[in-house]
Amino acid sequence: MKCRKCTISAVINLRQHRLALCREHFNEWFLGHCASTIRKYGMISPGDRMLIAVSGGKDSLGLWDVLTRLGYQVEGLTIQLGIDEGGQYSAKSLECTHKFAKDRGLILHELNIQQEYGESVPQMLQHARAGEDKPCSVCGLVKRHELNRYTMANGFNVLVTGHNLDDEAAVLFTNSLIWNTSQLGRQLPVMEDRGEFAKRIKPFVRFYERETTAYALLNHIDYIEEECPFSTGSRTNHYKTILNGMEDEHPGLKYRYYLSFIENKKAGLLNFAEDRQYVEYLCDQCGQPTNQPGLCAFCRLVGRKI
Amino acid sequence: MVTLKLREKDYTLPGGIPLSQAFKRLGLDMGSHLAVREGEIITEDRVLQDGDVIKLIPVISGGSQ
Repeated sequence: MKCRKCTISAVINLRQHRLALCREHFNEWFLGHCASTIRKYGMISPGDRMLIAVSGGKDSLGLWDVLTRLGYQVEGLTIQLGIDEGGQYSAKSLECTHKFAKDRGLILHELNIQQEYGESVPQMLQHARAGEDKPCSVCGLVKRHELNRYTMANGFNVLVTGHNLDDEAAVLFTNSLIWNTSQLGRQLPVMEDRGEFAKRIKPFVRFYERETTAYALLNHIDYIEEECPFSTGSRTNHYKTILNGMEDEHPGLKYRYYLSFIENKKAGLLNFAEDRQYVEYLCDQCGQPTNQPGLCAFCRLVGRKI
Repeated sequence: MVTLKLREKDYTLPGGIPLSQAFKRLGLDMGSHLAVREGEIITEDRVLQDGDVIKLIPVISGGSQ
């Protein structure tokens, strides 16, 4: 298979776009497609102070690389979760992130959950309650809370995350299977600033995970290939595999599934009551937004150890 | 024979088949993996030759938002 733009052998076939590309033209396409996503959804405005959440994985490091190449000044934040049993997952993630930032002279902020709250995420899991007892749910809760807190407290106004189309399609699949309208109402490439919530943007939202992996490999980005030990058997990963099975038979299905949802939502064809009533209360303890009076879910989780 | 390496597992298949068919025989989907031969990512139409060693890179990551 030859590159559509030249005669060199292609390294990737983007079947949903009917586009095979060599390394050089894939990189060119990748940067252009990300820039176009940023413009399409009005993600970045002049004067924005951006903080990117970096995990040491292919998506966050790849996105930091792309944004830097596109000329944006973005500082990074890595959260040490303390997932170090067996494979030293958090330590390896931190090592990849440090190396990436150092090699490029980028500013990296660090937040250690154990130092901040006296226990790691695996320890928090020990006293999580029903409904929040799945490792990925607890970890997601901790990360969402801490990323927003750190962004707001340190003068940034935009939080950037490396979520790709597969991440978004799997979440959409999860939520539409049970018509979880509160979550469906919130799933967008841009979540605007809402008082105590920083604006959140996802510039990789039109890339398949296969493409972000290829970008990292082709650009020699040293990322953590090892998966989080807690994500084995996770529902999201299971749904990603199901969607990829369908995508093999019907190229472009994932792309249309997610992006049509966004387009229909923007056009007002899908309306959820939760679109209009998200932040109702502020947590009594941390002051961050919550959907019920009293303590937010994070403060309830952290406080339960006492 | 062709050797395909996926994490700690090695699979062997006869040479002369395209990568897309190798994926099917192993019960893997193309969207979840990239294939690397001699340090280069290869497309699904490339024919695997006897003696090739192919590293399959899983692309799925993350557990929850």
